[in-house]
Amino acid sequence: MPDNKERIVIVGATSAIAEHCARLWVKEAVVDLTLVGRDLGRTERVAADLRVRSPQSVIRVLVADFLAPLAISQLVDGIVAEGPVHIVLIAHGSLSDQVICQQDLIACHEALTLNGISPVLFAEAFVGYMQKANCGTVAVIGSVAGDRGRKSNYIYGAAKGLIARYVQGLQHRLAGTGVKVVLIKPGPTDTPMTAHLKQQGAPLARAEDVARCILKGIRQGKPVLYVPGKWAVIMMIVRHLPNIIFNKLEI
Amino acid sequence: MVAVSSWGRLGSWEHEVRTLSDREQVAGQLKNSRSGLAYGMGRSYGDVCLNPKGVLWNTTGLDRFLSFDKNTGRLVCEAGVLLRDIQRLVIPLGWIMPVTPGTQLITVGGAIANDVHGKSHHVFGSFGDHVQRIKLIRTDGTTIDCGPDLLPAWFAATVGGIGLTGVISTAEIQLRRVAGPWLDTETVPYANLDEFFHLADDSEADWEHTVSWVDCISGGGGRGLFMRGNPSEVGPRLEPKGRELTMPFVPPVSLVNRLSLCLFNLAYFNLKKWQAGRSIVHYEPFFYPLDNLLEWNRMYGPKGFFQYQCVVPPEVGREAIQAMLGEIVRSGDGSFLAVLKTFGNRESVGMLSFPRPGVTLALDFPNKGDRTLKLFARLDAIVRETGGRLYLAKDARMPRDLFEAGYPRLAEFLQYRDPGLSSALSRRLLGS
Ligand SMILES: Cc1cc2nc3c(=O)[nH]c(=O)nc-3n(C[C@H](O)[C@H](O)[C@H](O)COP(=O)(O)OP(=O)(O)OC[C@H]3O[C@@H](n4cnc5c(N)ncnc54)[C@H](O)[C@@H]3O)c2cc1C
Ligand SMILES: NC(=O)c1ccc[n+]([C@@H]2O[C@H](COP(=O)([O-])OP(=O)(O)OC[C@H]3O[C@@H](n4cnc5c(N)ncnc54)[C@H](OP(=O)(O)O)[C@@H]3O)[C@@H](O)[C@H]2O)c1
Repeated sequence: MPDNKERIVIVGATSAIAEHCARLWVKEAVVDLTLVGRDLGRTERVAADLRVRSPQSVIRVLVADFLAPLAISQLVDGIVAEGPVHIVLIAHGSLSDQVICQQDLIACHEALTLNGISPVLFAEAFVGYMQKANCGTVAVIGSVAGDRGRKSNYIYGAAKGLIARYVQGLQHRLAGTGVKVVLIKPGPTDTPMTAHLKQQGAPLARAEDVARCILKGIRQGKPVLYVPGKWAVIMMIVRHLPNIIFNKLEI
Repeated sequence: MVAVSSWGRLGSWEHEVRTLSDREQVAGQLKNSRSGLAYGMGRSYGDVCLNPKGVLWNTTGLDRFLSFDKNTGRLVCEAGVLLRDIQRLVIPLGWIMPVTPGTQLITVGGAIANDVHGKSHHVFGSFGDHVQRIKLIRTDGTTIDCGPDLLPAWFAATVGGIGLTGVISTAEIQLRRVAGPWLDTETVPYANLDEFFHLADDSEADWEHTVSWVDCISGGGGRGLFMRGNPSEVGPRLEPKGRELTMPFVPPVSLVNRLSLCLFNLAYFNLKKWQAGRSIVHYEPFFYPLDNLLEWNRMYGPKGFFQYQCVVPPEVGREAIQAMLGEIVRSGDGSFLAVLKTFGNRESVGMLSFPRPGVTLALDFPNKGDRTLKLFARLDAIVRETGGRLYLAKDARMPRDLFEAGYPRLAEFLQYRDPGLSSALSRRLLGS
């Protein structure tokens, strides 16, 4: 490690939530930030903005195929070869169209891979190195949608649920070590992913506020983080609704 | 469809809201859409930022900086960046925006499209005077780069072009040097308009920022507080902690007049008593006194409010303002935000820019329906007679003939209009 800057990696760095996390990180301190995206131009645009906000920070850009295990593994090896990583935020995802997933297995497969398997592979690749160094935090963005399957989005929800179970196991494995694992579960947030919900006038949290909660949760190393916090209560109720009621709900 | 209103809250209308968040995709989004309009922070008071039943392209996701050169003060950013975020970025580096309006919660695109002005007009002109480059995306998917030295006619059409020449995706702005966030300010009470004009004349050369609040309710109208300021090299060490309060609900009736008048009287008489008005102030409360009271526009109740802002030529300024204040005092409907300011002796860059040499008066009026509109008709008559104009960013009702008389470069402007863009205001005043 060439100097003492905190080293942060964001996977899916073009996500609106992740971008606001990055802005807050560079505002708090001079950092060494690696942005991983799938599209070079888009990721560079995010990087350029962060460089203006924090000229002293080091901002790097990497691109990868998020669905290819070998590419993920090589990418992470390359990142870690340059020095230990303190925080990894894994943010990519896509609110898949449930109806299409039901009719088209290829779309269904892609939705499950992108939202469930890909984040797990990234986390798994980083966590081995962190365990060796006995320090670091892995934060993965799941969703309240992973808490209970429902007809309007259960493919996406299943993938997010997979992340939840994975994180649970990882926390078990790393209990007592210096490595922390944080599962972030945002409620509906105003980002490009939810543009169609906004169109229907749904109430959405501001990405900036969600990002602020995420940074705080990561600092504290909270195992599970609902953002905004009220979703912890709402989802507890949703999880405990008896089927006889739940199955009648149009949600 | 989503219900959207503008700052005056005169109503809310259904719009198909589309989010712009990647500047490289804007051209494609515009090309594949029916007629629409860019929407920034909706801080315009009337219908210039509305397109009922049509598409609104929300630009606040275009909020990235592209570059900032701290040696030259050149900033390049996307059009949805807020002036607040620019100020907070550049002031610690020794730069500041030369022109900002009375709120910093607006976008760069909105600032260009209305060619906004601030307290520094007599020194720095309007916002467009500091824009070096605009990237404009037309609804046919083409892109036009323009600036004062590149396709200047496109530039002049777009600055103050009320969003009708294309969607601005990025802009380059020249900032000015500043020592820090502090201003050396002075508040001077004046008893009548003669004193106001005297103060304004006296302050032009030595004060970078001037503005005044005028009382339109008591007496014959015309007493007020004159505020002026200059950047200050020194200041207290601690910055004020921004505390935001939000108007939590829409009260059933307008809270404005009685409450605000008491405040005004209190300030006026106290200053009068001590004659002491000099202090070092942070730029945020000086430039943007209402920004910490988020959504103060809700104070006016469910019917919303109008703002009436005109400028009248210098030769007739004194009489015209006196006559308008007379009408307003008689109506008993004037309000708390009555702002009176002289503009510097310069024409603006934009074909439809508002600022011109003269004196500008801006007031809020709770919407009392017909009665308010009748008062406006009387004020319009004065503006028309003196060859003045009304500000489009504030307007929701001006008659078309007054618009055409006030904006002599209209015909020239129309050649640059994008046929795929339309607003409630353009349909009202341009016929489409
Ligand atoms: C408290 C308060 C104080 C104010 N004080 C002043 C003042 O002192 N001086 C002054 O001049 N104004 C003042 N204003 C008015 C305000 O500055 C303008 O209305 C400003 O244009 C609002 O910017 P916005 O981002 O909210 O744009 P909006 O109101 O959303 O839109 C304004 C116009 O800009 C267009 N537009 C927005 N973005 C783009 C884009 N990317 N490309 C093309 N067109 C675009 C819209 O189509 C619309 O025509 C004040 C407003 C408030 C609420
Ligand atoms: N917004 C919400 O309401 C909400 C609620 C709960 C959970 N979440 C979760 O929060 C995370 C961030 O999402 P967001 O709301 O910030 O949405 P967003 O701005 O739309 O970001 C989505 C991100 O996922 C990336 N992505 C999408 N498809 C991809 C693919 N096939 N391969 C690689 N990357 C891909 C996008 O990259 P490109 O920029 O290149 O497209 C982008 O970085 C996601 O995991 C999402 O599931 C969001």
